[in-house]
Amino acid sequence: MTFISRRDLLKRAAVVGAAAVPANAGRPFQGRHDEPDDEPERLALRETALHGEAMAPREPLENLTAAEADLVEAIVARLIPTDANGPGATEARAAHYIDRALGGALASSRQTYTSGLAALDKYSRSSRGKPFTELSATDQDSILIDVETGAATGFTGSSAAFFNLVLNHTHQGTFGDPYYGGNANFTGWDLVGYPGIRTMVTAADQQRLEKKDLRSNHKSAYDYEAFTKATAQNRSRRSPHKEGA
Amino acid sequence: MATRLKDTDVVIIGLGAVGGVAALPLAQAGLEVIGLEAGTWLTRRDFAPDELRNNYRGWPQAVQKANQEIPTSRATASSPTGPRGNLHPMQNAVGGTSLHYWAQSWRLNPWDFKVVSETKRRYGASRIPKGSTVEDWPFGLDELEPYYDKVEYEVGVSGQAGNIGGKIDPRGNPFEGVRKRAYPMPPLRGNEFLEKMASAARTIGWSPFPGPAAVNSRSYQNRSGCMYHGFCNRGGCHVDAKNSTAVTTIPRAQATGHLKVVTRAHVTTIEVDGDGRTTGVNYVTDGVEYFQPAKVVLLASFTYENARLLLLSKSKAYPNGLSNNHKQVGRHYFSHHQGAGVTALFPFNLNSWYGLPAQGVAVDNWADDNFDHSGLDFIGGGNLWVYSDRRPIGAAGMSTFGRVPNWGSAWKAFIKENADRSNSAYLQKSTLPYEDNFLDLDPVVKDPLGYPVCRVTAEYKDNERKIAAFIQDKMEQWYREAGAVAIQRAPVGGAMGVSTHAYGGTRMGDNPDTNVVDRWGFSHEAPNLGVLGASVMGTSGARNPTLTAQALAWRTAEHLAKNWNAISAGSRRPSVL
Repeated sequence: MTFISRRDLLKRAAVVGAAAVPANAGRPFQGRHDEPDDEPERLALRETALHGEAMAPREPLENLTAAEADLVEAIVARLIPTDANGPGATEARAAHYIDRALGGALASSRQTYTSGLAALDKYSRSSRGKPFTELSATDQDSILIDVETGAATGFTGSSAAFFNLVLNHTHQGTFGDPYYGGNANFTGWDLVGYPGIRTMVTAADQQRLEKKDLRSNHKSAYDYEAFTKATAQNRSRRSPHKEGA
Repeated sequence: MATRLKDTDVVIIGLGAVGGVAALPLAQAGLEVIGLEAGTWLTRRDFAPDELRNNYRGWPQAVQKANQEIPTSRATASSPTGPRGNLHPMQNAVGGTSLHYWAQSWRLNPWDFKVVSETKRRYGASRIPKGSTVEDWPFGLDELEPYYDKVEYEVGVSGQAGNIGGKIDPRGNPFEGVRKRAYPMPPLRGNEFLEKMASAARTIGWSPFPGPAAVNSRSYQNRSGCMYHGFCNRGGCHVDAKNSTAVTTIPRAQATGHLKVVTRAHVTTIEVDGDGRTTGVNYVTDGVEYFQPAKVVLLASFTYENARLLLLSKSKAYPNGLSNNHKQVGRHYFSHHQGAGVTALFPFNLNSWYGLPAQGVAVDNWADDNFDHSGLDFIGGGNLWVYSDRRPIGAAGMSTFGRVPNWGSAWKAFIKENADRSNSAYLQKSTLPYEDNFLDLDPVVKDPLGYPVCRVTAEYKDNERKIAAFIQDKMEQWYREAGAVAIQRAPVGGAMGVSTHAYGGTRMGDNPDTNVVDRWGFSHEAPNLGVLGASVMGTSGARNPTLTAQALAWRTAEHLAKNWNAISAGSRRPSVL
């Protein structure tokens, strides 16, 4: 796959103003009814992010409620935004990763999400007068800064702990193996320049990498027949008590 | 009522890095050995190159026993218990943690065996840190050398020798002790960044060398050479190039027909008779209890579980726990000071995606007593280790060196540019045992069977913290020489916590008043009980413990085979207080 060149992107960003990215710019998975309207920056970003592919509707939720999922989508879109540097957590489907994992490997965090998301939205309404998803990007960021620094009120325990949990899971959903439902289209791996899963890297391959001549192969670990898939799947569906996680 | 199984010569508790080694010389000597392993076999199909699973979800794991027995920890006896980790540093499986460890396979240096006498000789007795219970080992490196050699060849270690028969080879570690012969395989390959670091070290007059690894640098014993795919860090090997005991000594011992591997065996206690001799081991599989009688018991779980199992095995002969009439079980505990790292940012890509933690360049100039400590206020030092190891989630979690926030557009631009431009050094420091650092049973937390878990009470003392600050300076100097533009240092350490490098608790030494096992690794009190693992080590050196623990395990097993009649008869009476 090829992205629009960085220079093109910067040109477009300059046209629309890079700082003016709307809060919901990175939310293409809301279903057809929520297709982008006539905001030009949104169209530009969508084109950049999805490079011509049709947008998929959001998968059926496995664990989060629809309202929680909207909130998670909005948060991850600010943590790793869709911007001049290309697609972010939204396109990587980090929220989908989190939704799935909360029924498996991250099940012990399910309750923290329930209470943390509720507290975040309540804090948003009380301090900024609107639900989080309806705030501008700038206001969303200011809320997240309050949560990150522990300044936000209404959380069980420290809001900073909740922030770090969500940030870590967003990293997992953006940069982890696509097998788990995130890092869609290898968005995260392309962002950090990871050249892909290989089962053999020869000295010649390493030298090609050093000469910037090794292209990403866009492979998941489980694209290789050699590895047992069931183990990962079973584990993520086992009860948290048996996992000790 | 436990089912009593058929008698055997030797039962080994745990078929991991050390139990898996000890099984081989015993089986080769014709003794009937039963290896009880809580985990199961894992194969190369189980070792997917999956960062999420390996590094964030605690895979690979055959069973979850260890994760249900994670020790609790606190800094001192008067401080509160800290938050309990959610993953045990070790895993259960045939081959144990040698399946997914970093596989750095170091010999200790000569000084590590004689910390007390060498410090007194060179600097005076006042330089032994206050409160430390450190002793010289009951023997020197020369005694262990043949066993290091044995394990390096049986298991397979890649590396560059620095001192063969007293002749220093500048390509290797000039500070290493005398070895009889070279490693069986050349070192793992280098790369552009590692070459740059080595060159920078030479520029400032240090002696860089490739570190030793229990990873095949080429085909060895009909197994593949390393594929450098980048998932060795807490990952098993998909081509069996990592030389865990599951692919080396254990199958070789099975081939003799004298080793029986019993998987899913969760050992609960060791039994003794009225004279204090061990008679066998109780274990549980799927809720069913078994008693495995044996003439000799070798305890080969990890340091925490070694101490715990002894403390849980109370009897008339040992009211405070097995082999604990001298109250030494759990004492002289320490975990390696591996923290206090240094991270560097370079203005160019390091191309570290395809490497492994055992592929790197080491500097030993500031380890042990390799430099003059006359004008310093500590003893010991640290090994500097720069290695090639990076995966995407970890890369995204890199330090931002205070330049941007940890999220948002500025962060995204930063990692897009720098994800492959940072390197964190692994700095292992000499760490000593102290009077008030110890292991015991937690008074509250129990495993699902109702047995208390191990409790760690330990903190790094002044000597360790001073080494840490000193070594950070050296590491920063090295990184800057290689072109680093920013450096970040981690704090120099407080509570020890739970560690992969855990030592002591069943220390080896001639004096039964201060040591649990004798110079051969057998209990001073229960003569037919042997203990294997880093729990017998009294000093850490400045490098990974596994090869030393394996060499000691081979030596204990060989001693047992050679002295079978005396040891199995338990002819020595247990000492009583």
